Amino acid sequence: MMPLDSDQIFVQLKHWLLSLLAGVLPAPLLAVISVLLSIIPIIVVFATLFAIMTIMERKGLGRIQNRYGPNRVGPFGFLQPAADGIKALIKEDLVPRAADQVVHLLAPVVLVIPALLVYAVLPIGRNMVAIDFDAGLLFFFAVGAASELAVFMAGWSSRNKYALLGAMRAVAQMVSYEIPLILSTVSVVMLTGTLSPVKIVEAQAGHAGLLPDWFVFTPWGFAGFVLFMISANAEANRSPFDLPEGESELVAGYFTEYSGFKFALFFLAEYLSLFAISGLGITLFLGGWQAPFAALDFVPSWAWFFMKLLGLIVLFIWTRGTLPRLRVDQLMNFAWKFMLPLALLNLFTAAVWHYMPPGLPRWLVCGALVAGPYVLLGRGLLAGKNIAKRIYRYAD
Amino acid sequence: MTPLAGYLILSAFLFAIGLGGALTRRNAIIVLIGIELMLNAANLNFIAFWRFGDHPEALTGVIFVIFSIAVAAAEAAVGLALIIAIYRHYQTTNVDEMNSLKG
Amino acid sequence: MSLPFLIIAVITIAAAAAAMTLRNLIHCALAVAGAFVGLAAAYLNLSAQFVGFAQVLVYVGAVAILIVFAALLTRGGEPSQAAVFSPPWFAGLGVTLAVLGVLVWAVIRSFLIRRELVPAPEAAVKQIGDALMHKYVLPLEVVGLLLTAALIGAVIIALKEERKK
Repeated sequence: MMPLDSDQIFVQLKHWLLSLLAGVLPAPLLAVISVLLSIIPIIVVFATLFAIMTIMERKGLGRIQNRYGPNRVGPFGFLQPAADGIKALIKEDLVPRAADQVVHLLAPVVLVIPALLVYAVLPIGRNMVAIDFDAGLLFFFAVGAASELAVFMAGWSSRNKYALLGAMRAVAQMVSYEIPLILSTVSVVMLTGTLSPVKIVEAQAGHAGLLPDWFVFTPWGFAGFVLFMISANAEANRSPFDLPEGESELVAGYFTEYSGFKFALFFLAEYLSLFAISGLGITLFLGGWQAPFAALDFVPSWAWFFMKLLGLIVLFIWTRGTLPRLRVDQLMNFAWKFMLPLALLNLFTAAVWHYMPPGLPRWLVCGALVAGPYVLLGRGLLAGKNIAKRIYRYAD
Repeated sequence: MTPLAGYLILSAFLFAIGLGGALTRRNAIIVLIGIELMLNAANLNFIAFWRFGDHPEALTGVIFVIFSIAVAAAEAAVGLALIIAIYRHYQTTNVDEMNSLKG
Repeated sequence: MSLPFLIIAVITIAAAAAAMTLRNLIHCALAVAGAFVGLAAAYLNLSAQFVGFAQVLVYVGAVAILIVFAALLTRGGEPSQAAVFSPPWFAGLGVTLAVLGVLVWAVIRSFLIRRELVPAPEAAVKQIGDALMHKYVLPLEVVGLLLTAALIGAVIIALKEERKK
């Protein structure tokens, strides 16, 4: 029996279970069991994280807005997800008579499937990736693009003009923000020479001086990470990009006509895809499952991944509570006129970083290449509009 | 029946279905969908021959299909733009009614 | 004939047939998206990973959405009351069956189908990239130009004209 290594404990657990069953079951069934042992922990862990995040978000948003969040169910309200789950399951499932029954039923299913599929290529720890595809990053974006069709299906099948309007806006927004999302990852792919998330994490090993070799600690990596996070926000339809589901504008957007369990499935799919895209951001820019300093290597790799994931989730909740919602035309202008040119310039900056010798000049040149266009483009795009000075008001 | 023959017959069926739809349906958008199905059937042929043929290390089939997918997407975009422009003029997407060249 | 291939074949042909015979335009578009996914599964079964993922990304993620947007912009949302097929549909059906017959006959009578099973070739993304940058760099640049022209052309064609009447 090999010594228990806290870093590899789940891998060892799976091998031990398989070796127990190897004598008993035939080979094809063993392959199926092996696949199930990889899939079930992913589903269970991220569904639990979804439940934890709903309560974190509501209490966090409440505190940002100077009020308590839910505080009735359980100690300080922390059993609220259980109450929400029971409510969603026992609520009556209303389907409008004029709705397209088959498509209405299929839309939440077609939305949840890609949201779960993308976890197959994320490296959650050392040696802990479900499938190691050679073109894993392309798989992630392909499956993510397939979820846009489900959004449209949901909006159209309800036969409700608000739902359809919300669905069209959501699809336009998701398609527009896919380009800066993919372009900001292309600079990482260019410098590591591989599309496999496992190899991208390994390329960020090591330390250059004080800071680890993660891509976020380089000028182009930092700009790329910011662009990636903004696009991820927009892809997940979260505030400030949540016009498609803006509660005060479109009733509930494309899932107006859904109730009960199907509504819960939409919610689940949205949060699961948020976790997946944060996980991808961690893999590409934040060094994946690696510890920031070699001294902290005793903490298991999967614990680092989840700590970084929680950090990004807090960042998303913070942004949601702080920034106002963008209008549709502001949203599209932002994607096409601001983020796309910056993402293309980021590619150029990454190439310059690769070809210059290491040292201070490299930092200065790349820093100027990142900061300069950002300031100039921002000033240039704001030049024609007269925007009033911001006034802050606080509750007394 | 070898796997290659299986894929070729599958692609023949897809091509025939796409052709049938493009020839008999009245809505211009469905004609375009039929054309996309025919292009996809041809792509499947290329990949099947790459997999089971001589010299797969030359990657000819894969590269051809990559370009074919790009060109088909561009053609779908332009075709649908044309249908939208024609709809604005004729107020219909019925191909049987688009029969005069007068603008 | 292996089981995965049979499942993929049945699903793809069923989706394609549904796409060409359904009355509602949006249902047709969703069925053809299903056919594209079936084809991507066929590419993965033939160990062409990159092409399979590119098929999902381009066709399901872009072309299918284009089709539903165009259907909505041309009032295809409501199912049409008129006939689904053109009056001379039997001529089209005849041509289709003739083409299908010729293709299947050509496949079955060919000597190529008696080939034995060869091991799966390797199509790593790095090799595809090398081929695209060295041997096929000219088509790559031309396709870039073509896509730019198609993009600009599609926007101009579909643009609403401000005509002074």
